[in-house]
Amino acid sequence: MQNTAQATNERPPFWRDERILAIISQVIVVAIVVGALFYFYNNMVNALKEQMGVAIDFGFLKQTAGFDIGESLIEYSRSETYARAFMVGLLNTLQVAFLGIIFTTILGIIIGVMRLSTNWLVSRIALVYIELFRNIPLLVLLIFWAQAVFFKLPRVKEAVILFNPYFPIFLSNRGIAAPWGIPSETWATFLLFLVGGLILAIIVAVLLVRHGRKTGRMPFVSLWFVVTWLAVAVFGWFFLSMTNQQPLTMTKPALEGLNTKGGRIFSQQFMALLSGLVLYTAAFVAEVVRAGIQSVGKGQKEAATALGLSGFQTLRLIVFPQALRVIIPPLTSQYLNLTKNSSLAIAIGYPDLFAVAGNTILNQTGRAIEVFTLVMGVYLAFSLLTSLLMNIYNRRIQLVER
Amino acid sequence: MKNQPKYYIIGLFMSMVVGMIIAACAGRPAPSAAEPTAAPAAAAETSTEAAPAAQETASTLQTVLDRGKVICVGNNALPGFGFIDESGNFSGFDVEYCSVLAAAIFGDSTAYEIRPATAKERFTILQSGEGDVIIRNTTWTLTRDTDLGGNFTATTFYDGQGIMVRKDSGITTLQDLNGGSICVQTGTTTELNLADQMAAAGVEYEPVVFETADEVTTAYEEGRCDAWTTDKSGLVSRQTVLANPADHVIMDVTLSKEPLGPMVRQGDDQWYDIVNWATFVTFTAEEFGITSANVDDFMDSEDPNIRKLLGQEGDFGQKLGLQNDWAYNIIKQVGNYAEIYDRNLGPDTVFNLPRGLNALYTDGGILYAPPIR
Repeated sequence: MQNTAQATNERPPFWRDERILAIISQVIVVAIVVGALFYFYNNMVNALKEQMGVAIDFGFLKQTAGFDIGESLIEYSRSETYARAFMVGLLNTLQVAFLGIIFTTILGIIIGVMRLSTNWLVSRIALVYIELFRNIPLLVLLIFWAQAVFFKLPRVKEAVILFNPYFPIFLSNRGIAAPWGIPSETWATFLLFLVGGLILAIIVAVLLVRHGRKTGRMPFVSLWFVVTWLAVAVFGWFFLSMTNQQPLTMTKPALEGLNTKGGRIFSQQFMALLSGLVLYTAAFVAEVVRAGIQSVGKGQKEAATALGLSGFQTLRLIVFPQALRVIIPPLTSQYLNLTKNSSLAIAIGYPDLFAVAGNTILNQTGRAIEVFTLVMGVYLAFSLLTSLLMNIYNRRIQLVER
Repeated sequence: MKNQPKYYIIGLFMSMVVGMIIAACAGRPAPSAAEPTAAPAAAAETSTEAAPAAQETASTLQTVLDRGKVICVGNNALPGFGFIDESGNFSGFDVEYCSVLAAAIFGDSTAYEIRPATAKERFTILQSGEGDVIIRNTTWTLTRDTDLGGNFTATTFYDGQGIMVRKDSGITTLQDLNGGSICVQTGTTTELNLADQMAAAGVEYEPVVFETADEVTTAYEEGRCDAWTTDKSGLVSRQTVLANPADHVIMDVTLSKEPLGPMVRQGDDQWYDIVNWATFVTFTAEEFGITSANVDDFMDSEDPNIRKLLGQEGDFGQKLGLQNDWAYNIIKQVGNYAEIYDRNLGPDTVFNLPRGLNALYTDGGILYAPPIR
């Protein structure tokens, strides 16, 4: 006890003071790390300058690209700049990653729950699926999927046409051509109707929940939410169609020359990449979901059954919310894997970020370091954003302990 | 509660001070020619790297001589130009030009090694020093001459870009390809030329881009694409490995000029001259009618041009840094241009490519070598 009285009044000299030493050592470590990075960077710049006479320079992004890209979400032609081509690749990757994450989650949860079913056939089917797709390398799977499945579809001239003639969908080895809507003048107004309907539906839902809590009988809130929103949307659609114009006019694909014209074409590369990625990652997600569900104590399920909840209700209301705490962190990893694995698109001809920037732009300009810095930066940004959102969600559903 | 000093913290502190001093000293960027220690250390690890040009350079020729063989960046998937034959050896038009270099430098046309590369890798491999020269059906363009840090030597093969379609598709002009899909390999001038010509012709198409030539031809064969495009020599060459070569036809459309030739690094003029003039020897030999079979008969010739070529007059080999019988070795061990061409792409092969522009200027082509004197 004497030491405490001493220690609070006198500090040891700074070269023995733990706190100051800790700070000094951290500063020094930082200086060393920064010094090492600076040294490597300088080495690279000097080597580039002396050996090849080039310097690190991002000005090439303003040059004309000169090449075409198979599909893009924004307007692009060969007379645009490299920067725009880069954006096209980035948006393509974003498209695949976004849709991939959604579908993977759905499929993964389904397969994971199937795996735990008491029905022998159902759980065996899930087992076969999981073991098959987890153990095939993704590149092999994608190439097989593209070449052995999608390439074998009939050529466009002999395409399989479904639901002809009112809603013709063309299936061919170039992809799926489906009728699509083109926004007309009233599209903006229709969007306003949608937003208004959403707000109205939220108000209705909140009121219903309050009413339910007061009376003790909770109505089917989600159903009312959806019905309200749908009602406003449908009303808005017909209102606009009668008075002005249909918000969306449908274009149907039709065979013309070597291709189909009209509608929207989901290219074969996109479908192959998306489905390959989803099938592969869903197997991993299924195992994560299974781990999560199994982590919930058996007592929870027994208590739920004792209360009279059905199997599905148990899963939805009791087991799954608790399982989510175990599922979310590994699930985040799987999402990041999916995003990064989408860079294998070059093997099947889909123009994603790596194919456009890492391959074509790199070859045309020879600027390996600049291009790869940008590409890595983009993937890093995607991954950090995804994990940030997932971590926010994770923190909200975590068990709060005292 | 403990007051005794943490000795390990002091030790850590000391080691960090030492580390910081080292990092600070080494981290200073090398000004002018004072600090070659970093560069030769790195150069010693990769034996093929040429040291920075700021100080005394180990020239590419010196590196090659020390190594005992010349490393050419080549192709392993283009029959006729660079591919692996049944006996497992590299053979082809470009491979023979690598052996021409080996014969010129070492007097031994087998003193070479082919480093296979994809269209994407080839420039990086040359830039990093892993290869001495690219002889891989590479088109001479301004961008490659400047931006990529390389220099092109004499063109060995004048080509043009073409398009292959199925015979039964009935496509004969660019307009017929409207709305079609065209497979193309990434990282090549092909992509750019295709975009340019299709835009000029006002034709809409869907480019399907793959990384390797194998993927491109597979996609085309499976019917994924209506057409595929590359240099015409490449089309002819790969047509031989398709399942039914007779079902396909090369359109009568030339999309671009494609002068193919070796490429060396910038900054080494002696090496550039060696590769350049070794190629010219093959043209000159054909001009004089000298072949690998009759070159010994020409050794008694009185013609001063032939005497200079074969090294009996003057010291032209030494001017390049080579032995004076450099040209003799090339002709004797490999042959002249006609022999190289006929062996790989001539009438006795499956390709049967007509010489066209690749004939001597006296035969209606544009092969013209400057005089060796």
